[in-house]
Amino acid sequence: MNNRLFVKGNEAVAMGAIEAGCRYYFGYPITPQNDIPEYMSREMPKVGGFFLQAESEVAAINMVLGAGAAGGRVMTSSSGPGISLKAEGMSFMAGSEVPAVIVNMQRPGPGLGGIDASQADYFQAVKGAGHGGYRLIVLAPWSVQELYDLGMLAFDLADRYRTPVMILGDAMLGQMKEALIPHSYHRPADLPEKDWVVCGKGRRNHANVVKSLMLKDGELEAHNWHLHAKYDLIKQRETRCATDNLDGAELLVTAFGCAARIARTAIDMARGEGMKVGMIRPVTVFPFPSEVYLQATARTPKVLCIELNNGQMVEDVRLSVDRQADVRFYGRPGGTGSLPTPEELLEQIRKHYKD
Amino acid sequence: MSDNVFMAGYGGQGILVIGNLLACGAILEGHNASYFPAYGPEKRGGSAMCTVIVADSEIGSPVIGRPRVALLLNQIAMDKYFSQIKPGGICLYNSSLVDHLPSQRDDLCLIAMPANEMAYEIGNPRLVNMLMLGAYAEKTGAVRLASLKAGLELILPERNKRFIPANVEALDRGAAFVRDSVAAAC
Repeated sequence: MNNRLFVKGNEAVAMGAIEAGCRYYFGYPITPQNDIPEYMSREMPKVGGFFLQAESEVAAINMVLGAGAAGGRVMTSSSGPGISLKAEGMSFMAGSEVPAVIVNMQRPGPGLGGIDASQADYFQAVKGAGHGGYRLIVLAPWSVQELYDLGMLAFDLADRYRTPVMILGDAMLGQMKEALIPHSYHRPADLPEKDWVVCGKGRRNHANVVKSLMLKDGELEAHNWHLHAKYDLIKQRETRCATDNLDGAELLVTAFGCAARIARTAIDMARGEGMKVGMIRPVTVFPFPSEVYLQATARTPKVLCIELNNGQMVEDVRLSVDRQADVRFYGRPGGTGSLPTPEELLEQIRKHYKD
Repeated sequence: MSDNVFMAGYGGQGILVIGNLLACGAILEGHNASYFPAYGPEKRGGSAMCTVIVADSEIGSPVIGRPRVALLLNQIAMDKYFSQIKPGGICLYNSSLVDHLPSQRDDLCLIAMPANEMAYEIGNPRLVNMLMLGAYAEKTGAVRLASLKAGLELILPERNKRFIPANVEALDRGAAFVRDSVAAAC
């Protein structure tokens, strides 16, 4: 196997996290991500880390807030209904600028919904699950390898911008297995020191305070402008996107995560039939790679957006292209027996390619 | 080498184990492989299904609509997936638990394997899955038996490693069935 491992997606994200120095995990079980806490419960003690299964999702996310505020690299994971419960804590972390990593292995909803693959939590992830107007950095892996790689990157982004980061996976990516090439984590030399943490006053002559309640005159507005400027900086610096064969394309197909995996094969089939199809795959869905869409649609003014929901990312695609392109959509909302196949997506590509 | 396979049967028949093992064996040989399971919340009973893709190029979709090969371990799986197998493909089914084909198809290689009876012969009814996988490997050449045997060490939990010799025997018996049986000569 040389240096290739055969790994499940859920385990890959946990492996990446531990390699990146995550030493605190707090969670509460829910399908389809239970391999993450299982892996953490087994592996964290081996590296001197801490695993705790909390009494609820709400408890877990607040433990994450505490560990993050004290300077630890900390993570939690859940799926759909559990992420809803963690939303309040994510808002508190965004407001008080506490870095942490939250994994959502999406399942279809609403409500308890089902346990299969879905991308129905896109809005929740990128528009802010909790209250008060904030952003998460949202990473959208499409393979076991990327779950591992982005699992590492998430901690650097969280620390660099003092912000919660979400890894937006799904039941397919979490439960599938494929080859993974593990590699060592290298801490970026320019990551800021965590001189703001609340872990005792020590030799400082002042006490650090981490909070989201701001009642002084003008204090909250200034804080929100500060957060806004931070999100702008994140948009400038951290937008990531994969593109393929955009030059000369007659149709652009765009998708993220598991939908992009299925679309990948459909696009290859379409090219086999002679169609000129380009592909745009956002790797960060916040910040959204708007500029890529704007430039690509200046040359190819037709986009087919494919999602495992009834149309969420497509709204960001439309905002990005500002009416200069015809943006079509194909999606299915997920559920048992409801995954689209490459053959089905090929039909859609044929249809939208022609008219 | 490239192939794509549906494997389906009851939960508890070991469908997911052989899907895992096939993908692991292929990766051991230096191919790319993906394993994608679909199953209900039940521990046993219910239905279990997985898709395995083996390729030397990068694997796109781990989901496929029409597999080249299907390993169908009971009647329910047969009824659900038989019609989806690609023309020219292979249907390897457990004739111990499949009493009829849902339709007439002349465009497939049909291999009926009495896997439950064969498993009883070697002393453990739980080896049905390995018999089927051994037959698959022999019939398609997608992966070497040796790689599957090596994969057992990697995918089985520690507590089940004592069963490896029995599993190895079942893989060999399944392969021998394909080599020796007239039923598999298509």
